[in-house]
Amino acid sequence: MADLRSSLRVTIARDADVVAARQRGRAVAAEVGLSRPDQALLATAISELARNVVNYAGRGEALIEAVSQVGRRGVLVTVSDNGPGIDNIEAALSDGFSTGGSLGLGLPGARRIVDEFDIESKPGEGVRVRILKWA
Amino acid sequence: MPETPILAHSGVLIASIQSALSDSEILSLRSQLLARISHKSVRGVVIDVSALDVLDSFATRTLNELASGARLRGAQTVVVGIQPDVALSMVLLGLTLRDAETALDLDAALGLLESAAGRRDG
Ligand SMILES: Nc1ncnc2c1ncn2[C@@H]1O[C@H](COP(=O)(O)OP(=O)(O)OP(=O)(O)O)[C@@H](O)[C@H]1O
Ligand SMILES: [Mg+2]
Repeated sequence: MADLRSSLRVTIARDADVVAARQRGRAVAAEVGLSRPDQALLATAISELARNVVNYAGRGEALIEAVSQVGRRGVLVTVSDNGPGIDNIEAALSDGFSTGGSLGLGLPGARRIVDEFDIESKPGEGVRVRILKWA
Repeated sequence: MPETPILAHSGVLIASIQSALSDSEILSLRSQLLARISHKSVRGVVIDVSALDVLDSFATRTLNELASGARLRGAQTVVVGIQPDVALSMVLLGLTLRDAETALDLDAALGLLESAAGRRDG
């Protein structure tokens, strides 16, 4: 998506890590120069993705990277796990779809509040979601 | 992480969240508040979330559960101090606090509960 600058890895294994991941993401977003509303949006998206890791895969990680591309800067966050994966990605991305008896807003909501969103998953091989927000 | 202090003041419970809460801490706050509502006669619950820089789907769902549980016991819930950036994220995410009232600050929240009590009694 963009050239790499610096990176930070956060292990996600329990609910306190969800808070840690979004706080780290927000700190990098502030350094990179995202506006305060954009910092909040990125932190919220990270929170949703990291919680999915805890809930559905048990364990994974968030890689937070400051990136730059033709003069603009941004934050790229890759949240990945080796859990059961998602059978039907299209369904998982639609509002209200949940296998966890929840609101089903995490993935579609996160997608709405970032600039770039990309998800890859094969059943049995985990999930990788990449989100990017430009300053 | 500091516990969320809960004050009781003439039938109103006031919980002021001090810093970011994990999911289990939010659940524990919800349980503590619901337990106190069922013990004493409580007409209102005020939750100050101004220290939170994220209110995501889980936090919002838990606040809604608290508010609907409180309502079954005749108590009204007011969420106070949602930061503007947080409000924007919630709207874009599609989250609503349908079971709780909202107010800008503690005074406004207490005023809201007073006028609700007035309507009920008078
Ligand atoms: N990392 C993951 N591993 C496996 N399945 C996942 C993962 N993330 C999401 N899913 C699947 O996609 C569905 C939709 O996820 P989404 O975050 O949108 O909603 P939810 O987690 O069910 O509810 P909410 O996030 O609103 O509390 C989940 O119910 C789950 O079935
Ligand atoms: Mg989710």
